[in-house]
Amino acid sequence: MARVLPARKARAVGTVSSEEKLQLLEFFLGSDDPGECAQRAVEWLVARAGARAVMCAMVDTTRARLVEIASYGIRRADRFSLDLEQHDHRLVNVLGRTQPMVIPANGTSDVVLGLPRGPVLAVPLHGLTVEEDVRIGVLLIGPVTPSAVRESRWVADMLGPRLARLRAHRIALDGNRRLERDRTLLQGVIDAVSDPILLTDTDGRMLVANTNAENLFASREGESEGRQRAVALNNMMFSAALSWSVTGEAEPLRRELLLVDPTDGSDLLFELLGAVVTDPQQGTGVVSVLRDVTDLRRATEEIEENYRRLRGVEADVRAERDRLNLLIDSVADPILVTDPAGAIFLMNDPAERLFTVLEAAGPDAALRVRSNDAHFSSFVANLLFGEALRHRGDIGLVDPESGTGIPFEAIAGKVLSEHGELVGIVTILHDRTEALEKERLYDQLKRASDELEQKVRQATAELVRQNELLRRQHIQLEQASALKSQFLANMSHEFRTPLNAILGYTSMLMQGIAGELTAQQKRNLTRVDSNSKHLLSLINDILDISRIEAGKMPLYVSEFALPELIAEVTAELDPIIIRSKLKVTTEVDTEATLVQSDRQKVKQIVLNLLSNALKFTPEGSITVTTRRRPGDDTIAIAVRDTGIGVAPEDHSKIFEDFRQADNSPTREYGGAGLGLSICRRLAHMLGGRITLDSKLGAGSTFTLILPNKVAVER
Amino acid sequence: MTPRRASAATSGRTRRQPLILVVDDYADNREMYSAYLRFQGLEVVEAANGAEALAHAFEHAPDLIVMDLSLPGVDGWQATRLLKADPRTKDVPVIAVTGHALAGAPEAAAEAGCDGFLTKPCLPEDLLREIQRMLDRSRDGGNPKRR
Repeated sequence: MARVLPARKARAVGTVSSEEKLQLLEFFLGSDDPGECAQRAVEWLVARAGARAVMCAMVDTTRARLVEIASYGIRRADRFSLDLEQHDHRLVNVLGRTQPMVIPANGTSDVVLGLPRGPVLAVPLHGLTVEEDVRIGVLLIGPVTPSAVRESRWVADMLGPRLARLRAHRIALDGNRRLERDRTLLQGVIDAVSDPILLTDTDGRMLVANTNAENLFASREGESEGRQRAVALNNMMFSAALSWSVTGEAEPLRRELLLVDPTDGSDLLFELLGAVVTDPQQGTGVVSVLRDVTDLRRATEEIEENYRRLRGVEADVRAERDRLNLLIDSVADPILVTDPAGAIFLMNDPAERLFTVLEAAGPDAALRVRSNDAHFSSFVANLLFGEALRHRGDIGLVDPESGTGIPFEAIAGKVLSEHGELVGIVTILHDRTEALEKERLYDQLKRASDELEQKVRQATAELVRQNELLRRQHIQLEQASALKSQFLANMSHEFRTPLNAILGYTSMLMQGIAGELTAQQKRNLTRVDSNSKHLLSLINDILDISRIEAGKMPLYVSEFALPELIAEVTAELDPIIIRSKLKVTTEVDTEATLVQSDRQKVKQIVLNLLSNALKFTPEGSITVTTRRRPGDDTIAIAVRDTGIGVAPEDHSKIFEDFRQADNSPTREYGGAGLGLSICRRLAHMLGGRITLDSKLGAGSTFTLILPNKVAVER
Repeated sequence: MTPRRASAATSGRTRRQPLILVVDDYADNREMYSAYLRFQGLEVVEAANGAEALAHAFEHAPDLIVMDLSLPGVDGWQATRLLKADPRTKDVPVIAVTGHALAGAPEAAAEAGCDGFLTKPCLPEDLLREIQRMLDRSRDGGNPKRR
């Protein structure tokens, strides 16, 4: 900016050319800045009117102060400023005046201007018109010289109206600017509102809208087709909503409005709040505020859904808990859950029986429960104050009802949260009574088993020993048997040899070889003879038995006809039969004719049975029958008599060696009593047996039962 | 005491009756049989043991030998075998008369070469009957043995 610098020495004081004044006026007209004009005026006065200090102050109407706007030669640190309410101040007084006034030295001017000593001229500044003739400001000049007075008055006359006009203009300008600023502010405010806000006419045409509303309802050139279509759709929806409502009452509109997000095409749900605004000049409009409730709705739905889910989960949890309760109650072992402080907060029925007192229970039960509690607590303490996650141990509890001790094995485990904090301790108690009993029984069993084993071992050893003994005995027996056989052979031989001589000589004597014998001698010799023969038959019987016993009796198996054998037997006994005067008949089954057996032995048996029958039947008859027994391959040869019979208690006795039913020394019937014994043995050898059917005094039936074919190994 | 030797006639081969050699170590039996056979008209030579029996058999060439089997020294079976092995005596019938009545005794005797077998007690008349039968067969067939 071109400045007119003070050129005090260039001119003589008091002569100011018209051109210089014109230049100042031109400057005033060219500048619309009051401060610039004032500064130029100040400097002009210094340069042209010989002033050494000049200040121009102007009334700031808004602040109601007189404020310095230009100065020269003033030594002040800050700008001059004066409250116009200070009515007694000289400068305030000056403002109301039309004429300049001199403010004497030592007055306010010193203070105001900081000028050298001397009076100061204060010239009020005024506008030209009445409207403008308000207090504009004041011009202070020092020292007071005639040219200063003259030139300052001129400058004041020129500067005052200019400043007045500039100020008026500035005020008007400020008003516009403020209006604009307010508008921007307002726009900013409504733009800052996240809800779309619109002012529309009743037809829905948009008059004012904030950014969010424009985003929904306004489209610009070059934007995508999708967006434009969305915007068109939104406008349609909005107009419809609006028209629908505006036809109604003037009540504030409140309804839901579904729009499309032009950016991504998603549905947006708004709550439309509309108010009809009536302005006399601009007509009726509608202010609409759209509140985005999409998220709200979604959130509501989500909340509802969550609630439903929660209810479901809650039901599930309840069901689960019920099931769990049922489950743990059904476990026979007591289960307890302890909180981290060691207090029991969950237990199943079996546990309750141990750790809770029934109302009906007596004081003893309560005492026992307390004791159980104490034991349990000390057990759980192992885990509460230790690092281990599990603890196993035995605790002895007491049945509160009966007071019987129950040995328990307890297993406790910590339950940890996902952060590793202790949530609780689960303890399962297992009744070991049975296990201990089993162990005890097992021990007993094992002991018994060990003992048994020991005994078995001993017995086995004994058995081995016995076996060895038996083996030796067997060898000895074999030797003995061989010896016995030898002995039998010898005995037989030795018995027979002298008997041979006795019988031989007896026979010779009886034949009269040694001369004629008297009748008495003959009778006596007959006795010798018969006794010798009896002795021989005894020896033969004994030898038979011995041979059978020693297994030395050989079996000669052949096929033979039974009827012939029976006939032979009866023939051999015919002399005795005739003497006995008994009726002896034979009934032979024609189907049971051929037999495979030892003929000689069968004959010996039948012979014996028949001679027994003859011997023990005083009168009556004897019947010999043979028949095939049905069902098995055996034949039966029965000898039935009408004799004295055998008492039932003697039935087995008569088959024993040297036995008759009458065993007295004076028995009536002869015979050694070996016959049936031999028969029994022989029948057994042949695979058969002899049965007896008899009653005392009612006759006897002896039956030999034989297999058709004797077994080969027999 | 019955003389143990036959009369002189027997050795002169002029005898009219068959000569029987009775071998038994039990004197009563030997003499009992000898007495009876002589009484019945037979000629008899006695021997009390096996060795004697062999000697008499070779010396007198009896028509038949009655042989007890259990004998001291050379026993009856052994003696029989020796007799049957000797050409001079092999055709002389031998009747075993023994107290051995147990199973297998007849077989053992037959195996030794005995032609007959009788079990004691055996009455003298039964022995005589067997001797007669054996002599008859020997006379008829020339060979007492069946084979």
